[in-house]
Amino acid sequence: MSTGRVSIVTGASRGIGRAIAIELGKDGGNVVVNYQGRSEAAEETAAAIRANGGQALVVQADVSVAADVERLVAAALDAFGQIDVLVNNAGITRDGLLMRMKDEDWDAVHNTNLRGAFLLIREVTRPMMKRRQGSIINITSVVGQIGNAGQVNYSAAKAGLIGLTKSVAKELASRNITVNAVAPGYIETEMTQMLGEEAANAMRAGIPLGRAGTPEDVAAAVAFLTSSKARYITGQVLNVDGGMVM
Amino acid sequence: MANEVFDRVKKIIVDRLSVDEDKITLDATFKDDLGADSLDIVELIMELEDEFDLEISDEDAEKISTVGDVVTYISEHQG
Ligand SMILES: NC(=O)c1ccc[n+]([C@@H]2O[C@H](COP(=O)([O-])OP(=O)(O)OC[C@H]3O[C@@H](n4cnc5c(N)ncnc54)[C@H](OP(=O)(O)O)[C@@H]3O)[C@@H](O)[C@H]2O)c1
Repeated sequence: MSTGRVSIVTGASRGIGRAIAIELGKDGGNVVVNYQGRSEAAEETAAAIRANGGQALVVQADVSVAADVERLVAAALDAFGQIDVLVNNAGITRDGLLMRMKDEDWDAVHNTNLRGAFLLIREVTRPMMKRRQGSIINITSVVGQIGNAGQVNYSAAKAGLIGLTKSVAKELASRNITVNAVAPGYIETEMTQMLGEEAANAMRAGIPLGRAGTPEDVAAAVAFLTSSKARYITGQVLNVDGGMVM
Repeated sequence: MANEVFDRVKKIIVDRLSVDEDKITLDATFKDDLGADSLDIVELIMELEDEFDLEISDEDAEKISTVGDVVTYISEHQG
């Protein structure tokens, strides 16, 4: 189904981004695997895509830097000639209570999680508009919907992504470009390993389906929303959270 | 000069808006006569900037309403 399709996945060196990149690379998909620092991990993602018969191009770029984003999208167009899917997945946390939060921690989280998505969308819009086709997914979080003590920066950026998703969906709908957000709940990755056992157990207790999610659970939702089966869906937030938020 | 610019502009408009070439006169307005919406106009402006290697400010872009406006603007600003 994805034969010949070209996808850019930011932050695809590990965790959720890696699972999404591997999923989109199935059935002959072409995937641009972006990472910031861990090139070996990114190469592992690419190797997994190739092992499944897909094509992969690894590109280092900091999504919060406009020049890097331009270079990333140009490399994708150079290699594959078009862009069908963009997944804004790169994200970081810098947790701390509001009263003690440093300006840098606020800015860093906004720059990567929100500004990065804006820069990438702005850059891919023109090639997508020309072909009257495209699908954009922003990875937000349940925390952007319900808030979380200790994550004012992260939850604000993730809520911002939801607003961005809806506005861009309205701007680009007439060009047959769909824009949706996926909101994971508690997914087992490096990001959540930092939580510690006690907090992790408390999280699990609040999940109706009774378990943490996997990166593959999130990737399956992205695969659906970027497939032709979802062509009439735009401006939505799909929760992949075991029922945490409903 | 203006004629050559007009021909190049015409070609871009035909490509972008899929309209008949003979509809593209200097008096033709993008919105009413050529059926362009606001996104079409943004795309056109970006393509014209690439084709003629110049930058059209948002302020100037807002003043553009006819094909003739574009041809005049480009003829005046080309280096
Ligand atoms: N895990 C969860 O429970 C959970 C829940 C809700 C939402 N999310 C969201 O899901 C997304 C992925 O999370 P994850 O758990 O997979 O995180 P992760 O394991 O920490 O991986 C983060 C990825 O983002 C990349 N990255 C970080 N900053 C970047 C930048 N400035 N430019 C380019 N790439 C950058 C990293 O690249 P390097 O490897 O090169 O450092 C890495 O590939 C994030 O947006 C996160 O907010 C996660």
